[in-house]
Amino acid sequence: MDVRSLTIDQVQTGLRNKTFSAMELTTSALAFAQAENPKTNAYLLFCPERALAAAAKVDELISNGEMLPPLAGVPIGVKDVIVTKGVRTTCGSKILEKYIPPYNATAVDRLEAAGGVILGKANCDEFAMGSSNENSAFGPVRNPVALDRVPGGSSGGSAAVVAQGTAVVSLGSDTGGSIRQPASFCGVVGVTPTYGRVSRYGLVAFASSLDHIGPFSRNVADAATLLKVIAGRDSMDATSAFAPVPDYNATLAQSVKGMRLGLPKEYFAGLASETASKINKGIEVLESLGCTVEEVSLPHTEYAIATYYIICTAEVSSNLARFDGVRYTARSEKSDTLSDMYRNSRGENFGAEAKRRIMLGTYVLSQGYYDAYYLKAQRVRNLITQDFAKAFEKVDALITPVSPFPAFKIGEKVNDPVQMYLSDIYTITGSLAGIPCMSVPCGNTVEGLPVGMQLLTKHFGEETMFRLAYAFETAGGFAG
Amino acid sequence: MSSTLLETPSTEVMAKYEAVIGLEVHVQLATRTKIFCGCATGFGAAPNTNVCPVCLGLPGALPVLNRQAVELAIRAGLALNCAVRPKSIFSRKNYFYPDLPKGYQISQYDKPVAEHGFVDIVLDSGVKRIGVTRAHMEDDAGKSMHDGHRDSDRYTYVDLNRSGTPLIEIVSEPDMRSSDEAYAYLTEIKQAMQFTEVSTCDMEKGHLRCDANVSVRLWGAPQFGTKVEVKNVNSFRFLKMAVDFEIQRQIGVIEAGGRVQQETRLFNSDTLETVSMRSKEMAHDYRYFPEPDLVPLEISDTWLNRVKSEMPELPTLRRKRFETEFGLNEYDSGVLTQTREIADYYERAVKASTDPKGAANWVMGDLAAMLKAEAKEIHESPLTPENLGELVTLIGKGDLSGKLAKDIFPKMFATGDSAQVIMDREGLRQISDTGALEKIIDEVLAANPKQVEQYKSGKTTVIGFLVGAVMKASRGQAAPGAVNDLLKAKLL
Repeated sequence: MDVRSLTIDQVQTGLRNKTFSAMELTTSALAFAQAENPKTNAYLLFCPERALAAAAKVDELISNGEMLPPLAGVPIGVKDVIVTKGVRTTCGSKILEKYIPPYNATAVDRLEAAGGVILGKANCDEFAMGSSNENSAFGPVRNPVALDRVPGGSSGGSAAVVAQGTAVVSLGSDTGGSIRQPASFCGVVGVTPTYGRVSRYGLVAFASSLDHIGPFSRNVADAATLLKVIAGRDSMDATSAFAPVPDYNATLAQSVKGMRLGLPKEYFAGLASETASKINKGIEVLESLGCTVEEVSLPHTEYAIATYYIICTAEVSSNLARFDGVRYTARSEKSDTLSDMYRNSRGENFGAEAKRRIMLGTYVLSQGYYDAYYLKAQRVRNLITQDFAKAFEKVDALITPVSPFPAFKIGEKVNDPVQMYLSDIYTITGSLAGIPCMSVPCGNTVEGLPVGMQLLTKHFGEETMFRLAYAFETAGGFAG
Repeated sequence: MSSTLLETPSTEVMAKYEAVIGLEVHVQLATRTKIFCGCATGFGAAPNTNVCPVCLGLPGALPVLNRQAVELAIRAGLALNCAVRPKSIFSRKNYFYPDLPKGYQISQYDKPVAEHGFVDIVLDSGVKRIGVTRAHMEDDAGKSMHDGHRDSDRYTYVDLNRSGTPLIEIVSEPDMRSSDEAYAYLTEIKQAMQFTEVSTCDMEKGHLRCDANVSVRLWGAPQFGTKVEVKNVNSFRFLKMAVDFEIQRQIGVIEAGGRVQQETRLFNSDTLETVSMRSKEMAHDYRYFPEPDLVPLEISDTWLNRVKSEMPELPTLRRKRFETEFGLNEYDSGVLTQTREIADYYERAVKASTDPKGAANWVMGDLAAMLKAEAKEIHESPLTPENLGELVTLIGKGDLSGKLAKDIFPKMFATGDSAQVIMDREGLRQISDTGALEKIIDEVLAANPKQVEQYKSGKTTVIGFLVGAVMKASRGQAAPGAVNDLLKAKLL
C-alpha cells in the first residue's frame, strides 16, 4: 500500500478485502508522516495513541462483521485551531503553547464517530490569521510541491499534509480564503461549505461570522464524503443550519450538461498571466462538458477587502480578549499590576499579525468610529451578498481564480501586509456572502506550481458545486 | 478627595436643590440552568464545579440561548409594562477582568428584549409613575475572591460558578427625586419580579443588585446636573443611604464653589460613604457590537401570548382583587400582598374557610406575631394555611369561641396539628347542645337573682355579665351565640 496516494474509497476497499487492517494502515501512515514531516513542518504534533485507539475500534468493527462507517480507518490531519480533547491545541500561537482542551470540537467528534483516525494536528497561521502559514509561532510550513515556497494560509498545514500524502484528508478552517488558497497553492481540493453547514463548536474563533470548517482532499469524492460526515445541525452552535445534509456522493456523477456558469468580470483583471491561462483552460473543459458560460458582474467586489478587514479584525479583537494571561498557559511573570499582567502576557505571546489585527479591530469598534467602520462594513457585506444572489438568478455556479498568483517564496511578502491581504481578493467575497466555494486544481505553471480554480454556488448549493467539480476532475481538468 | 472634608449642607441649602435619580437594577432570573449552557445555577457549590467549556469561555466554545431565560425575561418585561420586541439582538460588551473569562459579556445593547415600560410607586403624596427605559438580558461574570485565602496577599482567586448566570438589567428613566422614591421603586421592582416568579430577588445571594445614577440641580433648572453612578448598592437600606449621601455630597461640592465630576463611585457599606472608583476619562469603551455567535432573538406573537397567559398575577392586580373579591380594605390588602408567599398563604387560608376577613385578621395578627417571635418566614410556618382556614371556619360555625381559638392557636403553631385534632385530643368542644347549655344557664340564673331582677326591670346591658358567668361555668366551652339566645329567651 502506498499511503501517499490513498483515497477514502481505497481505504474502504482495502479494509473490506482485508488487504490491510486499520491498525496496519494507521501504523504505516503514522510512520510515513513522522518521517516526512521535517521536510514541511506541516504537522505540529502527532497523536499516535489516539490514532491507534481509533484504528483498533475500526478493526473490532471489521472482526465483528459490522458495516464500515464512511471514514473507517482513514488517516486524517486536523488543523490546530480545532480543539481535540486531551490533545494539545495551540492555534499556532505561543499564547496556547501548552493548552490541552478538555473537550472535542463537534466536527472532531463526528469524524471520529465515523471511524476517522486523527494522526495529528496541522500547523497553521496564528489563530488562522495569514495567507502563507508564515505567522505560525512554531515555524512556517513548506509547500510540499516546492519546498522553498509557502503552502498558502492559514490552513497551510492541512493543505500540505494532503499534498504530501501524510494524510488522506484533513480538516481546515476558512475565514477569508484559508482553505481555498492553500488548496490552490498545494494542488489539492479544498472546500469552504455554506456558513452554518458545519458546526463551529470547538473551532477556536477568529472571526465568528466568517469562520468555517471544511475539508481538504486529493479528489472531489473524498471532500464530499468528509463534508457529509461533519455537516449538519449541532445544538451546541446557534448559527448551525437546520437544513438536511444531502448525500453529496450520490449525485456526484450526474451530468453537468446545460449547467449555466458565470464569469464575474471583476475577477479576471490583474491576474498573473499563467494563472489566467490555466483558469481559461479550465473554463474550456467545463464548456466541453456542455456547460454554458456567460459574463456576470459582482459590482461591489472592489470594496470586499476593506469590508472584510474591518469585520474580521473587529471580531478578532473581541475573540482574542480571553487570552489575557489569567487562564491557559502563558502569563508574563514580570508584572506588578493586573493591567501590566494583561499587557505583558499579550505583548510577549501574540505574534505581529495577531497584534496588528487586534489593534485594527479595537479601533474600528471604538466609540465614535463604530458607525463609520463596522456598521458601514456590515452594510457593504449585505450588498456583496446581494451581488451573489442576483448572479445566481442567472447562473448555477460562478467560476473564478482562487488567487491572483501561485505559491510565492517563503519570506517574499512577510514585510508587506497589505500585499498579503490583497492576495485574498478572490476568496474573501464568497466568505463575506457565506456561500459554498471550493478550489480544484487546474494544472501547473511551467515552474510546476499548482493553480486553483474556484467554484461558487448559492447557499446550500454544495451538491451542484461538487457535481461540477467532479465532472471537471473526471474530464482530466485537474491536470490542466 | 473625601467628601467628608466638605461641610454637610444645611437643610435650607439642601432645599434649594432637586435630586434626579435613575436606577439600574440587576435581577437574576430563576432558571434551573445558565443562560448559554446547561450548567446548574445553584448557589453555594464548591468553587468552579458548576462549569463547562461554554461558561468557562474556553477557546472554541459557543453560547446557545436558554429558552426559559427568555420566557422569564418576557415575563419581566410584561410585569414592567414594557413593549416586548419581536426581534432583539445580543451584543458583546468588551472589557478585561479576571472573572470575565470570555473577555466580554454577552448583553443586549440597542435592541433589548423589552423597552418603554413603567411602574407605579405608592408614596404618601399619592401614586407616581416611574418610566422603565428598558430591560435587557445578559450573562453574569464569575466572582473574584481577594480575601480569605492563605496567600491572599499575593493572589486573587476566581470562582466561575456564577459565570453565565442569567440576568436582566432593568434601567429606569431619571424619574425619581428622592431616596424615598428610589426605595419605593426598588420595592415595586422586587415585588413584581417575585410575584411573577422571574426571580427570588434574594439580595443576600446577589439575586437583586442595584446601581444608582444621581445628580442634583437647582430647582427649576432646565437641565440635569452632572450624573454620578454609584455602584454596589446592595440592600434597600444602603440604597437610601447611598443616595442621600450622594445628594448631600454633590450639593456640598456645588455650594463650595466646585463642580460635580462625572464619575463612577463605589458605596462603602462600612463607612456608609461613596468613594470615587473611576473618572469619566477612565470610563470603559465597551466596544459593543452584535454577538456573531447568536442569531437574533425572535419572539412571535404566539410565544408572547402564551407567556402572557401563563403569567402569574402581578402584585398591584392582586391587591385590587383582594379588595374586591374578599372585601379587604386598602391597608389589609397591602399588608397581605407584601410578598408572594404571604399572598399565597392568605389565599390558601381563604379557600379553606368561609370568612376572608377573619382569615386576614389571623394572618396579620396572631400568625404574624408568632412568626416574628420564632424568626420564621411565612412559608416556613408549621401551621398550614388550610389549618388556619379550618380554624376560622370553626369559629364562624360557632364550634369554637374566640377565646378558645386564641388558646388553641399556639398549639396549632407548635405542633402543626389542626384545630379539630387538638380539640378532640384535649376534649375541648364548644357546647352548643341546648340541653347541656340550659342546665348551666339555669344554675347561673339561680346563683345571680340580683342581675336577673335588674334585667327584667329594663337594664338589659347586664346580660353581658350573665353571658360571662355562663362561659366561666362552662370553662369557656359554651358557644357564646347560643348562650346569648338562650339567656334572652329564659329572661323574657
